[in-house]
Amino acid sequence: MASIKIQKLVKTFGTVQAVAGIDLDMPDGEFVALLGPSGCGKTTTLRMIAGLEVPDSGVISIGDQDITMSQPRDRDVAMVFQDYALYPHMTIGENIGYPLKVRGVNKAEIIRRVTDVANQLQIGHLLERRPAQLSGGQQQRTALARAVVHRARVFLFDEPLSNLDAKLRLEARAFLKYLQREVGVTGVYVTHDQSEAMALADRIVVMSAGKIMQVGTPLEIYRQPANQFVAAFIGSPPMNLLAAVSDEAARTLSIAGHTFPMRENFAQASKASVIGVRPEHLTIHTQPVENGLVGKVYVTQPLGGETLILVHVGENLISVRVFGDDPPELPEQVWLVPELSRMHYFGEDGERIS
Amino acid sequence: MTTRSRKPRVTFRFMLGTLLAYVIAIIFLLPLLWFIFAPFNDHAVLSASIPASLSLSNFGEVLDSDIAMRGLLINSPIIGIGTMLITTAVAALAAFGLSRSRLPGRQMWTYVLILFSSVVVGTASMVPIFRLIFEIGLINTHIGVILVMVGGMLPSAIFIMQDFVDGVPSSYEEAAMVMGASPLRIFKDITFPLIRPGLMVVGIWVLINAWGAFLTPYLLLRSPDLLPASVTFYRFYDEEGSPQITLIAAYAVLYTLPVLVMYLIINWRYGFRFFGGIKS
Repeated sequence: MASIKIQKLVKTFGTVQAVAGIDLDMPDGEFVALLGPSGCGKTTTLRMIAGLEVPDSGVISIGDQDITMSQPRDRDVAMVFQDYALYPHMTIGENIGYPLKVRGVNKAEIIRRVTDVANQLQIGHLLERRPAQLSGGQQQRTALARAVVHRARVFLFDEPLSNLDAKLRLEARAFLKYLQREVGVTGVYVTHDQSEAMALADRIVVMSAGKIMQVGTPLEIYRQPANQFVAAFIGSPPMNLLAAVSDEAARTLSIAGHTFPMRENFAQASKASVIGVRPEHLTIHTQPVENGLVGKVYVTQPLGGETLILVHVGENLISVRVFGDDPPELPEQVWLVPELSRMHYFGEDGERIS
Repeated sequence: MTTRSRKPRVTFRFMLGTLLAYVIAIIFLLPLLWFIFAPFNDHAVLSASIPASLSLSNFGEVLDSDIAMRGLLINSPIIGIGTMLITTAVAALAAFGLSRSRLPGRQMWTYVLILFSSVVVGTASMVPIFRLIFEIGLINTHIGVILVMVGGMLPSAIFIMQDFVDGVPSSYEEAAMVMGASPLRIFKDITFPLIRPGLMVVGIWVLINAWGAFLTPYLLLRSPDLLPASVTFYRFYDEEGSPQITLIAAYAVLYTLPVLVMYLIINWRYGFRFFGGIKS
């Protein structure tokens, strides 16, 4: 186990700056998710930690050792690839044992450790098979077993669940969480799936266009998104973002044609050009209410334990989540009331105002 | 309830079609029939006939011919295997480079080379090729013949090989790198076993082509004791200049046998298949 430290890391492909100077400090034993849309530089960052890409500038250290320019094989990291990269010409047992074989571990020890890990991951009965004969979930476990069979200092995961179907993905996610708790690994986990990042990581690094947008615990990121990008990226469905105009004299904020009195929090609200409110922090009313945004129901989507309602308010399409398995009967016209204490304010530059 | 017959009805059209198929098959099988019987017939002519008595005297005469046997047992293997080894090795490395590089327009390179290659071993370029080989002092040497044939076959070999190398995801090598393997080890454990079917395909293809090549060795080799089997065929004439069909037939069997046997062995040992097993 070891800490990871990244300083001013830059990588350019042709004219595209994939990673534009990022800094990150991971203490020993922390599990961090790099989260962002495709092309945000998260995989490139991971590959630079693994040594598969050479950075243009910057420093990467594992433990106290500067490994920026060392060969992948000298870094003592383990990596799970998106396509698993299981060798089709080797059996499952040979695949799992390969990192040990390369490091010159003796045969008896390899067999012992492979059997151990395989049993832990419930693929012990498959050791004689070939990867092509396994299901997606079993292949994924094999890739995982191959990564953990050698106790590397750092574990790297490149979207390891993205090739699984939805049900298997949930199973594998829970399993990964369990494994991470058991083994207590220092890990970097790349994903574009926010629920994976939220569920697995101690801290999440949200990236966009090669830059870090925010670093924080899953709840920090959910509760206090640092900017509009994070606000819109985290949460499903995403946060509603609405243009706002403040009136200094009247201490009011008008949003989508409605004027809200701002009592306690006018100091921050007055500088906001956009406010954000999550779908779960809106209540829907069938009668006119105070501080209600009047709108027309566009569609209602019952999802089982909750109902997702889309409402046209002026130019905006606002999503509202209503919990409970009893979808509300709604008239055409409804009033939406935001929880004022859970509103997010963003300035003209898109940054959070607090 | 009545059930309607699903059997195909034998119609006149069906019979005519079958008959036509047999006629076509016989046309194509006749040379093969000749190839099977003529070698064992000491009065063989250019028509397929079942010999009155089987004899091995044709083979005896061929085996007595020094130049013919030298071509078959020494020169053809040197040229064939030499061309095969060089072409396969260079094609594998080139395909690997082309497949793994981020070179813009890398597909174009192979296409352009293939276009040129058809010129290199084509009949039209034989005079310049002859001059070139003569000037660099490789005329009447096996290495001269091998180099010209390698040059001619390399682009197509790279093209075939590249398909196989492209089929090996780079994550295989990257995973091995992260696991601690050295480049040599990665090649031995991962890359080589995975592109082996490709090496086999290219190897066989080159060997068969080189084994059967006539024009290049015919032009570049002067001494009779350097000629490969494909060219020594040309020497089975009697004093009057008419071909000795009997000897040609026997020699054809000996000439075909090695390639056929090798093909069967490799097909049995490796098979032309590729393992599946990566999610995409």
